[in-house]
Amino acid sequence: MSHVEAKGPPSVLDELSGKFKGSVLCFQETKDRIPTAWVSSMAAHDVLEYLKTGSRRYRTVYDLTAIDERVRSNRQGQPESDFTVVYHLLSYDKNEDVRIKVPLKGESPSLKSIVDIWPAANWYEREAWDMFGIKFEGHPSLRRILMPPYWKGHPLRKEHPARATELGPFLMPDEMEASLEDMLKFKPEDYGMVRHAGDTDFMFLNVGPHHLGTHGVLRIVLELDGEEIIDAVMDIGFHHRGAEKMGERQSWHTYIPYTDRIDYLGGLLNNLAYLLAVEQLAGIDIPPRAMAIRVMLAELFRIESHLVWLGTFAQDLGQLSPVFYTFNDRERIFSIIEAVCGGRMHPEWFRIGGVAQDLPKGWDKMMRDFLAYLPKRLREYDRLIMNNRIFKARTQGVGRYSLSDAIEWGVTGPNLRACGLEWDFRKKRPYAGYENFDFEIPTAPYGDCYSRALVRMEEMRQSMRIIGQCMENMPEGPYKSHHPLAAPPLKERTMHDIETLIDHFLNVSWGPVIPAGEAVSRIESSKGNYSYYLVSDGNTVSYRTRIRTPSFPHIQTVSFLCRGLMVSDLIAILGSIDFVLADIDR
Amino acid sequence: MSETARGLITVFVVLFVLMSVAAGLIWLERRLLALWQDRYGPNRVGPFGVLQVLADMIKVLSKEDWVPPFADKGVFIIAPTIIMMTTLLSFAIVPFAPGMRVVDLNIGVLFFLAMVALTAYSVALSGWASNSKYSLLGGLRALAQMISYEVFMGLSMMGVVMLAGSFDLSKIVEAQRKIWFVIPQFLGFISFFIASIAEAHRLPFDLPESESELVAGFHVEYSGMKFGMFFVGEYIAITLVSALMTTMFLGGWLGPVLPPLAWFIIKTFALICVFILLRAALPRPRYDQLTELAWKVMLPVTLLNLMATGGILLAWR
Repeated sequence: MSHVEAKGPPSVLDELSGKFKGSVLCFQETKDRIPTAWVSSMAAHDVLEYLKTGSRRYRTVYDLTAIDERVRSNRQGQPESDFTVVYHLLSYDKNEDVRIKVPLKGESPSLKSIVDIWPAANWYEREAWDMFGIKFEGHPSLRRILMPPYWKGHPLRKEHPARATELGPFLMPDEMEASLEDMLKFKPEDYGMVRHAGDTDFMFLNVGPHHLGTHGVLRIVLELDGEEIIDAVMDIGFHHRGAEKMGERQSWHTYIPYTDRIDYLGGLLNNLAYLLAVEQLAGIDIPPRAMAIRVMLAELFRIESHLVWLGTFAQDLGQLSPVFYTFNDRERIFSIIEAVCGGRMHPEWFRIGGVAQDLPKGWDKMMRDFLAYLPKRLREYDRLIMNNRIFKARTQGVGRYSLSDAIEWGVTGPNLRACGLEWDFRKKRPYAGYENFDFEIPTAPYGDCYSRALVRMEEMRQSMRIIGQCMENMPEGPYKSHHPLAAPPLKERTMHDIETLIDHFLNVSWGPVIPAGEAVSRIESSKGNYSYYLVSDGNTVSYRTRIRTPSFPHIQTVSFLCRGLMVSDLIAILGSIDFVLADIDR
Repeated sequence: MSETARGLITVFVVLFVLMSVAAGLIWLERRLLALWQDRYGPNRVGPFGVLQVLADMIKVLSKEDWVPPFADKGVFIIAPTIIMMTTLLSFAIVPFAPGMRVVDLNIGVLFFLAMVALTAYSVALSGWASNSKYSLLGGLRALAQMISYEVFMGLSMMGVVMLAGSFDLSKIVEAQRKIWFVIPQFLGFISFFIASIAEAHRLPFDLPESESELVAGFHVEYSGMKFGMFFVGEYIAITLVSALMTTMFLGGWLGPVLPPLAWFIIKTFALICVFILLRAALPRPRYDQLTELAWKVMLPVTLLNLMATGGILLAWR
């Protein structure tokens, strides 16, 4: 195993191998060039604690997941392991990532929990338990999180079936129904809540799974004293569709439509996150025109997503009209998207190596009209919503977290920038050609609901700037790479020589075979940072598809954000966070 | 024609007109909101969708009259009737034009205040009798809101009463021949306006039912005609407070050229539109902010207004 960065200043890996001599098993080279160390399960907790408190200050658990390694063939000299727990840490101070992998053996593996170091790891560890059956010792409540409590087996294990048809017919006899009903009975103690304190009896209120303020099937159990929230427990998983499991079933190419539905307001932004990871694995360079098209449409979807947020946020606070205005504007965006892609909400239009087609004739006029139209509307929204005194009273100082809290809890995107940190992957780690564009990172100082709103309003303006630059400087050239793994391949030469024809045929029928390796993409999406962590085993399908979504950690923070506030504030907080349920549950 | 028969006819005419106005308002509100929100609104049933209300009524009336098994049955049924009765009864004292009113009550203003205070029972009882948590929270909010707003609602009317020297609404209108009371009693007008929004549970003060927080608040469990009564009750309440504002501050039926009744209708209608516009424009404050506004701002303002009015009157006489 070689070092990722052999020269230059000592890397975090040097530091680790110096400090934890016997425990660091080896280093792994990955396609994404993130320093990756294998650490023995005994030392994992100490290593992670050191990384957080040490000089490099990896204060964010960016992602925590696992890989079922039992049927993987291309392990490239990695330590023996049945299940590997993967920690992805992020340091904002140093702008560095580190990946720690911990090998675990046996059918019921266990590992020391890191909730005592990062409270944010709570849900991630529950998810790993739920999906892989990895026990985290010392976890305060290791319950299932995405699957229902009665589920048997751990879905992301390789032996677990991926389709309902493999499970046999579903029957619900009376006794099963009774036991399920019993399991669903609400006992506050299960959620770590108390019924009384002093001479006060608390009221428990179920907000959701069907509630207007939760924007989808999210359940929040509130412990109330009058209207004051004493405690809140989030219950998620109602929207779980097994997107990660499907990644192990669909070919690299046919998985693209599934990504659109992760953050269903983000459309092509999801495609982008997924494809950046695939293209890293395949080593495809994207032609400049395709890059510019991608950036332009991604920014268009950012505006679209923010418009939905703005309208629904105002509606959460009782303002009835803005949602109609913003949806009208969104409709205009969709008409452009439709002209370009054919689809609207889920265009599934980016392809491995580029985009599906070239831009249609007249796209620039549509885009120009829209760019001329939107600023006026945004000014109107500023007057109507942002400057409204009742709106301010409802949002200023409500649902506030400090920058330090936000970093520790894995908050990303506009919500992090609302705490005053100027951090944006598009600037800090430019991807997809964002280094060529001139734009600013809007921030706001207070970390409350109003700051989050301010950041998003300004982001829409910045996105318009980027789209404008794309229009002015749209490069000429191919819209898709000629790389042999680009799928579906360009067809120009297929009828002229047999090699290209064979290549085309295989690529279309099987789909491309992506070389073995691991890579993660990180993009700045509308709601925060998206990552696709892909493990390829040198096959036509992915071996492991991990989707790191921003809403998952964001919703985890709501519990402590709303404590001591009113029910109305909870709705304001939920609105200001801007989440999508499909994005939390995947 | 005997006095009794005439009285009865007036009662039924007023009742009929009011019910149609309330129904018409539902259509009007939906169309106006749609206009302000860049959409169409109901436009399929009848010309411009006016018959939409009729269709809705058929639907509401033919719905199962359902009482949830966990509800307190008696109270659950009584609650929606209270709001209908009290708001309709309040109309008894409104002078639509000279001599055109149901009863000549010389304590008209007090009667109105008493009836309005009773509507609080409707909301609070429905919230309690539903035996549902969202309803309960809605009912509690309604009570908190009532307690805060009733106080200065009464006080805000007293300035007008002082100027007119009577509780009789016809006399109050007559007293506005020289100048509408909205000018000398501007503060009173504003505070009465705010209180009446709270009274009618209209946005921005629709906290008892705030649909994005409490789903529908006090009437979560209601359906069919019982829900319909709350719904119509709300529109009658809007009409009532608009009519009262017209009478007390905008000179009632007084106006040039057109007949008195036309003036009354025009003024009331304009105020109703303002109510609808408010709903289209404003977000909803939190309920502690609402009570804070009532006790810390509105109450002192109305008291000040009252003292100033009293002082000026004393000095002038």
